[in-house]
Parts: sequence; structure tokens; C-alpha cells
Amino acid sequence: MASGETERPRTTPDGPAPDGLVDSGLVVVGASHAGVQLAAAAREYGYPGPITLIGDEPDAPYQRPPLSKGFLAGKTSEPDLALRSDAFFAETGITLRPGTRAAAIDRAARRLHLADGTFLPYGHLALTTGARARPLPASFGEPPGGVLVLRDLADARRLREAAATARDVVVLGGGFIGLEVAAALASPAPDSPERRVTLAEGRPRLLARSASPELAEHVAARHRAAGVALHLGTAVDAIEQRDGRLAAVRLTDGTRLPADLLVVGIGVIPNTELAEAAGLACLDGIVVDRHARTEDPHILAAGDCTAHPSEFAGATIRLESIQNAQDQARTAAATIVGRAQPHIALPWFWSDQLGMKLQMAGLLDGTDRTVRREKPGGDGSDAKFSLWHFAGERLRAVETVNLPAEHMLSRRLLALADGPTPAQAADPGFDLRRLLKG
Amino acid sequence: MPTITYVQPDGTRREVEAPVGSTVMLAAVRNNVRGIDAECGGALACATCHVYVDPAWMDRIPPAGEDEADMLEGVAGERRETSRLSCQINVDAALDGLVVEIPAEQG
Ligand SMILES: Cc1cc2nc3c(=O)[nH]c(=O)nc-3n(C[C@H](O)[C@H](O)[C@H](O)COP(=O)(O)OP(=O)(O)OC[C@H]3O[C@@H](n4cnc5c(N)ncnc54)[C@H](O)[C@@H]3O)c2cc1C
Ligand code: FES
Repeated sequence: MASGETERPRTTPDGPAPDGLVDSGLVVVGASHAGVQLAAAAREYGYPGPITLIGDEPDAPYQRPPLSKGFLAGKTSEPDLALRSDAFFAETGITLRPGTRAAAIDRAARRLHLADGTFLPYGHLALTTGARARPLPASFGEPPGGVLVLRDLADARRLREAAATARDVVVLGGGFIGLEVAAALASPAPDSPERRVTLAEGRPRLLARSASPELAEHVAARHRAAGVALHLGTAVDAIEQRDGRLAAVRLTDGTRLPADLLVVGIGVIPNTELAEAAGLACLDGIVVDRHARTEDPHILAAGDCTAHPSEFAGATIRLESIQNAQDQARTAAATIVGRAQPHIALPWFWSDQLGMKLQMAGLLDGTDRTVRREKPGGDGSDAKFSLWHFAGERLRAVETVNLPAEHMLSRRLLALADGPTPAQAADPGFDLRRLLKG
Repeated sequence: MPTITYVQPDGTRREVEAPVGSTVMLAAVRNNVRGIDAECGGALACATCHVYVDPAWMDRIPPAGEDEADMLEGVAGERRETSRLSCQINVDAALDGLVVEIPAEQG
């Protein structure tokens, strides 16, 4: 496509009056959860100018969460992953350009330079560049065949293919992605070969960054029961290869694990390079305010790539979740059409593994006591319980296991100025829903 | 391909072709039907895909499972007898002609 070629502006009756900014349009970089939501919301809120959504992945936008769940387990196929249809983009007048990489931002000229040498002029530029998988440290040298990460669909295809024949799998990292991968590979389809799955985590417990010790303990027990060998407090010490392929993994506790597949799930690096090179402030994320604005009035950012002030945390944080990507994208779209809709949403997250539905709402930082509520009737992976975390008397976070309705309730309770006290949460006779009335 | 009709709170109707194997939620989201946020993409984790199934269709659709039924108690929009989470309604040939209404409020 020729440089600067875009769709004709559409005018909607309730949108802002077209001006110079709107004529150059909205360009969104990164066509995933945040970028698609941002473009769609801008149109929904009445943005009248052209909208161009570019993404460097070759595929049309797809859902990321199933990659480590149903897709890896072979239950979800590629067409099921689609985030939107072609008809959606046609109807909303959003020009989708997959396989297109942004190379540099010329802020003075308000042009986005693309890797193919062309450029797009913009009135507003939205950066939804997300994050990429953190690779093994360079000290391990060039990784041999059989060492994989999981962030995008191309990674997931490679991993699914490698897993089909792998017999000895090692997962490095006990965060959600590592655990979901271990879970999917430990429960193989009936016709696939028997596999040994080992998970090594450098910290002394699972989910150290994202869940409470109580929840991590339950998750660890379920993984052990599913046959996953857990090595906690141990990192990878060395990788042995034979003929350019992975042969074994040596752990810092001295264990040597023969391996034909190593999945590295040690977190992500936010894609801030484009913003940084343009002189925008970055701090483990592109720095934005509560309206998703960077310091440049024409440039916004949303999703995994941002460091943003959180009302709830009382600090600047970076989140990696669908909820944050979507809520912040809507805020950015509102800002672009001149509507104030600050990003103050309550953080929430879910993970499905080994048949368990884990959900968390709020943030654990600063919590100092926990109330556990049980719902009888299930055990093992069917156990149903919730963990209510307080800072003093104030409810700050709730983790639920197999209780999606209680998760929904907890989100409403967390939003209250007068939420439940620890004593109320601990009292099985107290109906928490009462607090919502009145 | 089965056709599903979505009715907006203001009465606007929209017909969408839904492939067998998708869900009432996916068909809406992929085709720009407003008012079904589906924040969790169908993982039964958000309850922002709430719809009212046309009463004539209620007994032609498998009933809500326990988790879905519990979650319907916490939906943001008005809870009705015909409330369902659209990500839990699988599309098959028998659903051709299904009509669902979208609540005024979603999550
Ligand atoms: C396997 C997996 C499972 C997950 N499971 C869950 C879950 O169960 N629940 C949950 O809440 N969250 C989950 N997450 C996290 C969730 O997927 C992310 O929070 C979400 O994808 C963030 O969306 P985003 O649009 O901000 O960033 P991303 O999804 O990372 O998208 C950014 C896009 O921008 C593109 N891009 C980057 N730089 C450029 C450039 N210069 N030019 C053009 N394009 C560029 C990237 O290639 C990418 O396509 C999971 C993530 C993974 C990887
Ligand atoms: S899409 Fe989230 S519960 Fe249906």
C-alpha cells in the first residue's frame, strides 16, 4: 500500500467536528486485545476520521488467553481464536493492516514510519504494542532447537507441534503461563505419547508475583497430583545440547533432567522501544496518565505496554491482563474523542488450568490478613473456596477457586467504600450480598 | 449457516450468520453487534455477555449449568427468567432462527 493511503473519513452525527487532527486520522500500533478494542471503541464513541490498525503479526487479531489453554491442549482450533471478523473491520471502517511493523515515530511531523519504508500521517497515535516473552539470559548462549517461549500464535503453533512428539518436557517458570503450559502438557490427549512434565521455579513458591501463598499452595498440590514434578527454589543452571538440539536441563539443585522440550515462561518485556526512541518517558512501560495520555498530546498508549497510575494501588503499575488492556483501551478512545473517562477500573484476572477456574480481583500488595471461605461439595481440582485478603479492616483482593459467581460478587464488594470486614467475610451465616443493597 | 437475530434495547434488529461450533457470543462480537462486551472471550469469567433468549426458544436450548446459573445472579442488567450468558450457548443447526435480546446494561 502506498504511503499515507488511508480510508476516506466517515462522519457520524454525534462525533466531534472534523478538524485537522481528525483528517489525518487515528493510527493504532499493535493489533491485539488493546489495539482492537481501542479502534473499535473510538468508532463506537463517534470518532469520524480514518482509523488504521497496524500489527506486525501476520495473522488477523486473535485471542491470546486460549494459546496456553484450549489451543495447546488441542481443544480449540485456529478459527475459534479470531477476535473479530473481516466483516467487523469493513463495517466499522477500520483499515486493518496485519504484517506491518512500525519502525519510528516522527513526533514533529506527526508521521509513523513503517518498516517497509513508507509512512502514515496521524492526528492521534495510539501505542498498543504489548509485551514479548523474556528469553533465557544471554549467558546460556544461542538456544538449541527445542527451547521455546509462548507469547503469540506463531509460538503456540511451534509449541503445539513440538509437544506432539516430546516425551520429556521441562517448563521454566512457575507463573500463570508456565503453569498453564505444564497443565496442558501433563494432561495429554488420548492418542499422544506419555510425557514427563517437570516445572522449575527459581523462587521458593509458585505464582510469587501474582497470587497469595495459600492459593499457590493449592495450585502446587493440584499440579503434583496431575503428575507434574515441581522443583521450587531452583533455577536452570545449564542447558545440554546434542547436534544442535536440546538434550538435558541441569538445575541449580544439582538435578539433571533429560529433556526434548524446554518451555521458558519467565515473564515478559514490555515493547517500549518505539516510544523510547521517540523520547517518550518509559519506566518498565510507556508512562501514561489516567486518561491513557503520554506526555505528547497526540500520542496515547494502552494495555500491557503501559506504566499507569492505579487508583486502586495508589501507585504506578504495569498490568498484564485482558481486563486492563480492554478498560485502558476504552479510556484512550474516550480521550481521543474528547470525553473524560479515566482508567480507574478494578484489576481482575483469570486462569484456567487442570480443570480449575482461578480468578482474582483487586491487588494483593499491602494485605496482611486472609479469610478463607469454603463451599462444600468438591475436592481435588473440584474444590471450591475463596480467599479474602484485607489490609487491616479494608478488603483489597479476593481469589476464588471454581467460584465464578463469588468472583463477580467480590468485584462489586471491592468497589464499595464500605466493603465487608474480616469478621463478616469469616461468618458463613453472613450474606455478603446484603452489603450491596441500600 | 444458522442465522441468529439480535435485538437491541431500542428494538433495532440485526441478523447474523453464525457458524456451527461457534457461540451466540462469538457470532455477535465478530460481527459488530453492540452491547455484548464478552470481556473474557467466553471463559465464563466475566458475565458481560448477558442476553435474554426469546421465550419461544427457551426449551430448545440446553439449560444453564451450575456456574452459569450462579453468575447470572450477579449480572449488571436486569435479571429475567430468560437470562443466559451467550458464550455458553453453542450454535448448532437447531438454533437457526434464534432470537436474543440484549440488555440495557452489561458489566
Ligand atoms: C499464553 C497467554 C495466556 C494468557 N492468559 C490470560 C488469561 O487467562 N487472562 C488474562 O486476563 N490475560 C491473559 N494473558 C495476558 C493477555 O493476553 C495480555 O494481557 C493481553 O494480550 C494484552 O494485550 P495488548 O494488546 O496490550 O498486548 P499484546 O497482546 O501483547 O499485543 C501487542 C501487539 O502489538 C504488536 N506489536 C508490537 N510492536 C509492534 C510494532 N512496532 N509494530 C507493529 N506491531 C507491533 C505485537 O506483535 C502484538 O501483536 C495471557 C497471555 C498469554 C501470552
Ligand atoms: S464472555 Fe465472559 S462469561 Fe461469557
